[in-house]
Amino acid sequence: MLNCHQNTRLISEGRERRLTFVEGVSVGAHNMMCSACRNFSRQMDTLEKMMKAYKIRSERIDE
Amino acid sequence: MTKPRFREGEMDSQWTDNDGSLAALRLQMLRFAVLQLKDETLAEDVVQDAFIGAMKNAGSFAGRSAFKTWVFAILKNKIADSVRKKARLKEISFAVDDDTSGDLEAHLFKRNGFWKVEERPADWGDPETNVLGKDFWRVFETCLDKLPDQQGRVFMMREFVDLNGHEICSAVGITTSNLNVLLYRARLRLRECLENNWFKPGDCTC
Repeated sequence: MLNCHQNTRLISEGRERRLTFVEGVSVGAHNMMCSACRNFSRQMDTLEKMMKAYKIRSERIDE
Repeated sequence: MTKPRFREGEMDSQWTDNDGSLAALRLQMLRFAVLQLKDETLAEDVVQDAFIGAMKNAGSFAGRSAFKTWVFAILKNKIADSVRKKARLKEISFAVDDDTSGDLEAHLFKRNGFWKVEERPADWGDPETNVLGKDFWRVFETCLDKLPDQQGRVFMMREFVDLNGHEICSAVGITTSNLNVLLYRARLRLRECLENNWFKPGDCTC
């Protein structure tokens, strides 16, 4: 089974490439049992949203 | 659809910069470019190019804010071009990681690779980015600025300039697995920084 360090690395990599079937299942199984990694995973989605919003903000004109 | 053109006089007021807003715009652009390129001289050049490019079409803008939107759109393209050009010239070169944050990972995870209890990521809820105010974005920007150089640069290329992994790797001369490590560490740092300084600042032991 993956530990949290390995799991979070895969979660990050999953944003760059399609994880293999086995990787995907391993991450899913780990997350099911680990609330901290579940939070991490959701935070990665949130970070992406924030970067998008930040980008729009930086381009925005009248600050 | 054609935008209404300036009448004479309105055009002049855009460029005479009586209220200093043109200077403010330039500063805003410069800040934006430096964040991307981490190179002030280059950023100056890119901003100037973007300005000149935008001015060529200045007559066709209905007002100042339309002009600003336009100038930033041009600036983004110039930045992306500049990154790609550097890639070809191999001007950017850096060692794989400037991070001493094998330390970070050792700080966050126990030796068996599981989270240390006090470092376990918290539930941030699902913050709507449009309701996050000025204070948040100040923290966010500080956290971005604090990323080690190379991590910050590739992270910004990826998530801000929207280059794909392949483009980044050839731009900075690293392998995909190097890139993945850099992005992982950047994300790990960024979330740690946001959690400590925004989502549950009480818990920061520092």
